[in-house]
Amino acid sequence: MKNAFKEIVVGFNSLVTGMRITLGQFFKPAVTVQYPYETLPIPPRFRGHIELVRDPETGKPKCFACKLCERACPSDCILVDGAKLDGAKKKSVTVYKLDFTKCSLCGSCVEACRDGAIRFSRDYNLAGLSKEEFIMDLFAKLQAEAQAAGVTPEAPAPAEPVKTGPAAPAPTQTPPPAAAAPKSEPPQREPVKADAP
Amino acid sequence: MKNLLHMLLAEPFRLVLALLVIMSFVGLNAAYLVWVERKGAGRFQRRPGPTEVGYAGLIQPIVDAIKLLSKQLIVPDGVDATLFRAAPLVVMVPSLIGLAVIPYSDKLVGRDINVGLLLIFALGSINVMAIMLGGWSSRNKYAIISAARVVSQNVAYEIPTLLVVITMIMVTGSMDLNEIVRQQAGGFWRWNLFRWDVNPLAPVTFLILYVCMLAETNRSPFDMAEAESELVAGAYTEYSGMGFGVFFMAEYANILLGCSVATVLFLGGWQSPVGIWSGLFWFLAKMYFLIFSVIWIRWTFPRTQFYGLLNLSWKILIPVSLFTLILSSAMLKIF
Repeated sequence: MKNAFKEIVVGFNSLVTGMRITLGQFFKPAVTVQYPYETLPIPPRFRGHIELVRDPETGKPKCFACKLCERACPSDCILVDGAKLDGAKKKSVTVYKLDFTKCSLCGSCVEACRDGAIRFSRDYNLAGLSKEEFIMDLFAKLQAEAQAAGVTPEAPAPAEPVKTGPAAPAPTQTPPPAAAAPKSEPPQREPVKADAP
Repeated sequence: MKNLLHMLLAEPFRLVLALLVIMSFVGLNAAYLVWVERKGAGRFQRRPGPTEVGYAGLIQPIVDAIKLLSKQLIVPDGVDATLFRAAPLVVMVPSLIGLAVIPYSDKLVGRDINVGLLLIFALGSINVMAIMLGGWSSRNKYAIISAARVVSQNVAYEIPTLLVVITMIMVTGSMDLNEIVRQQAGGFWRWNLFRWDVNPLAPVTFLILYVCMLAETNRSPFDMAEAESELVAGAYTEYSGMGFGVFFMAEYANILLGCSVATVLFLGGWQSPVGIWSGLFWFLAKMYFLIFSVIWIRWTFPRTQFYGLLNLSWKILIPVSLFTLILSSAMLKIF
């Protein structure tokens, strides 16, 4: 009998406590971020898909096609090619494609890069209508960015690509990046694979 | 002659008008209580609630209603079509009739009869029967489970409700709702909620009535009848379009009726808490405060389990309400 009354009183108290807490929350401001209208700041170490780093002086990519990233990639989703321009000491990149459908965002490529030529982008709006949109032409993207920023690098001549190994892909599959770069159409939409629909 | 004219013309006209007003009141209330509920739920969970359709989502209920109205009323194969169609019609009846005798203010009553309280509780159980019919005729296992739950839940909670109501009838000596309100004039200390002299446990009695109202309208935390996570949509599983819409409206109409009855019986109806400017405003303010607390409770507590629900009724509410009944009858006899 005594226990039953105690149970009622304790239970009632706990109900009242619960209601007090929810009423307290009722008068606090909402924490919702109305996403398409407002966004939260992206944390500095956000790991998006990779992108090429532009040399701030020349506007050209820092990458010189050493292919360490390509080799470091466990999912085999990076395709790099480069060519030695006339009078240049190093090679410069001419093709840099990321097959984002295979990428697991492990970051091994960024770790492998000795010169800081690739980094994680801060792009998270990654919706697309077809699989091909996620085979990203990072080199073309960088050139478009450079053009938008007003630092137009003279397009590297589509010189004969220097073969670095047997794994180097046939350049016939990819159009010359110089031609693709000035277009406003996002160049990463074009299919790379022959068997793609 | 004049009396006859009054009976044949004026009174039916008044009643029809009252029913029309009540029906539109109930419809608008159902629509906008859904909005209030969604906004309230949002606030309790620190979200803004609906914001997109109209300013602060205010057109949302109208758009929802248009959507429901334009949907096909599907009668599935193998259901008892007559009962299936009748259930949504029956479910609205008790709350509409009940609201017709509620005194919204001194003069604003659909039908000022002297047994209003009796009428409300006499018809109250029809609502249960309608949900049961809907569940039973649906030929759907979830709907039948839900129908069984509705019946046992409402049988369990009808008893403490009626015991409380009997207590209040003894305290006030009347079944006339307007008379009950008139007795509570003069300020909030005259409300039946604070009638310590005849019912020392008056606030407890009010709480019992309130909890029973929650259970009888199948509101959370007693929403066994349409326990979404267990029973799809309970008794309403097979209903589409406005068939479902009417059940939904009836739920809100029942909340409206329950809160109105609680307001009249305990919170002094249209009487002002400070003794001046009594009227419709005070009735609506008290009723909507109770409705807000219904929403508040819904978004605070999780659903109880079924044995918990029955335990609460049979082990706590019924003994306590019996005790208050005996106590207040003893007080009335002695003093």
